[in-house]
Amino acid sequence: MTMRIFIPRDAAAVAVGADEVATAFEQVAAIRGVPVEIVRTGSRGLCWLEPMVEVATPAGRIAYGPVSVEDVASVVESMASNGPHALRLGVADEIPWLKRQTRLTFARCGVIDPRSLDDYRAHGGYKGLERALSLGSDAILNEVTASGLRGRGGAGFPTGIKWKTVAQAKADRKFIVCNADEGDSGTFADRMIMEGDPFLVIEGMTIAGITVGATKGYIYIRSEYPHAVEAMIAAIAAARRGGYLGDKIGGSTTGFDMEVRVGAGAYVCGEETSLLESLEGRRGIVRAKPPLPAHHGLFGKPTVINNVLSFAAIPFILAEGAKAYADFGMGRSRGTMPIQLAGNIRQGGLFETAFGVTLGELVDDIGGGTLTGRPVRAVQVGGPLGAYFPRALFDTPFDYEAFAARDGLIGHGGIVVFDDSVDMRKQARFAMEFCAIESCGKCTPCRIGSTRGVETIEKIIRGERVHENLALVEDLCNTMKFGSLCALGGFTPYPVLSALKHFREDFAPAPTTLQAAE
Amino acid sequence: MTALYEPWNETRGAEIIAEHASQEGTTLVILHALQEAFGYVPEAAIPMVAQALNLSRAEVHGVFTFYHDFRHKPAGRHVLKLCRAEACQAAGGDALAARAEAKLGVSLGNTTADDRVTLEPIYCLGLCATAPSAMLDGRLIGRLDETRIDALVAEAQR
Repeated sequence: MTMRIFIPRDAAAVAVGADEVATAFEQVAAIRGVPVEIVRTGSRGLCWLEPMVEVATPAGRIAYGPVSVEDVASVVESMASNGPHALRLGVADEIPWLKRQTRLTFARCGVIDPRSLDDYRAHGGYKGLERALSLGSDAILNEVTASGLRGRGGAGFPTGIKWKTVAQAKADRKFIVCNADEGDSGTFADRMIMEGDPFLVIEGMTIAGITVGATKGYIYIRSEYPHAVEAMIAAIAAARRGGYLGDKIGGSTTGFDMEVRVGAGAYVCGEETSLLESLEGRRGIVRAKPPLPAHHGLFGKPTVINNVLSFAAIPFILAEGAKAYADFGMGRSRGTMPIQLAGNIRQGGLFETAFGVTLGELVDDIGGGTLTGRPVRAVQVGGPLGAYFPRALFDTPFDYEAFAARDGLIGHGGIVVFDDSVDMRKQARFAMEFCAIESCGKCTPCRIGSTRGVETIEKIIRGERVHENLALVEDLCNTMKFGSLCALGGFTPYPVLSALKHFREDFAPAPTTLQAAE
Repeated sequence: MTALYEPWNETRGAEIIAEHASQEGTTLVILHALQEAFGYVPEAAIPMVAQALNLSRAEVHGVFTFYHDFRHKPAGRHVLKLCRAEACQAAGGDALAARAEAKLGVSLGNTTADDRVTLEPIYCLGLCATAPSAMLDGRLIGRLDETRIDALVAEAQR
């Protein structure tokens, strides 16, 4: 009997040897005369176990990991004999780290072949679109609104309201734009879903298209994600062949088609108006709002612009109904959030769960603390523009409002863990430096403020007039926060001020010649 | 794997531009295509793009210089990009970057004198749970440590 072996083609797995492992499986199987079929999947998101390899058995898919090329021969032996192995993790779905998740968006990721439209359909794909086509625009809008889905890119704006605005706008053309410029360090959920379940993103965008009356979509993917670009291009072509993109989608009379556009290494293009400028072929300079993209978006036309994860949440909501989604979560944060555990962490990866889980549970319990084994000192939540949280705030529940109440943000759901060797002055300086490198230059607080911020923090690090310069940094942060045009300059103060507030001891004045002379 | 690029050739450049000129908002698409063919965006191509898209030279130059990806001259034979963002910093990326700089004798953002290796910072490859990470000529490498970074540098120098 042919053994079916599943090996991820996800970039994170490939970066730690998945391709070499796949080749080794083919070679070992050929030598031993064991017929095998190797299916390249996405990743299940247990990154510390990558490359994680699975084999189909009557009891379910048995996982092994992390598998290196040297392990392959003995793993094949274990697979063939259903025998024990040091790397054997048991039935994949029963691994506690996976089992305790609520995978609504990532249900198929790591399970199916992302190149196969048939596999997608066999696992419930395109049910959302089918129902959407039977419902019509108004009913879809009601479902999306009732689900409570909020923009997963970070801003948390209600998706239903955004879509309704575009649906009501009158124009000769409208657009659907997917923001796949996932530049935040510590985040990789967009990349994983594009590589592991690309049809899901296409389905979500298609539903948006029929809802608001748009026939053209763009997915803007950052150039740092070549695997995701390749996966999306292949999936779009397959969807077209299968009649799910084009003039008559899914056998209906409605048309929708889309294409991939690749960014060029500008972080600020993750800001929606900057992204639209870039898509139009210009410098990624932020636009002042209003007008909102919903009224005046791509090429001046009404445009739905949403994050990958927002579109990826839509098919479930349509297929299973708004209530099934809204039943999860807390307060005004409904549904699930794919949370990404990263940095110096023992069990890093993608953990999709209902809103409400605390930061402490995520870092200590699920993440298992640091990889170095040293105590966790700080975690940055929400990317380079997110606040640093100390252990004292680990009771904060993962929820848009709860994080805002503690001067932080959940952003795109990335959590970067630092151990006690971290120097928070360096992190504060880096936040300003990153803003200076990536500023689009349109508004003064961001363009100039970030550079002055770097200089002033460097003075603090050198011990020059520490008290005065700390006050100056705080003042500068407030100017940037309230005076910047977009979130880059406006949110850079979050990591800086949180470092100052929660880790003040790192900024304590050291004796200097200047102060000694006073 | 070294990427092989064509030498700049005006006719070939014009072909590439014409191939993409009819799409909407195509400036970045064309610049990417030119760089893919020639390894950089030759200065001579800028006015050609401007003419094809009915833009001013200044506009195209502005787009070209705004984005970090586009090169105005060819890179070294190998391009080693090290992630310098927070997740990789948390996992010890600073020390590894310093090690690579010392081994190659250039700082991030520069090319070795023999034109063999261009060492660049990159801000996030999305491999944040298997940090620190790098990219050598398009190939991804995660879980970097001193041994692996040394091997990568040696490979790039060959």
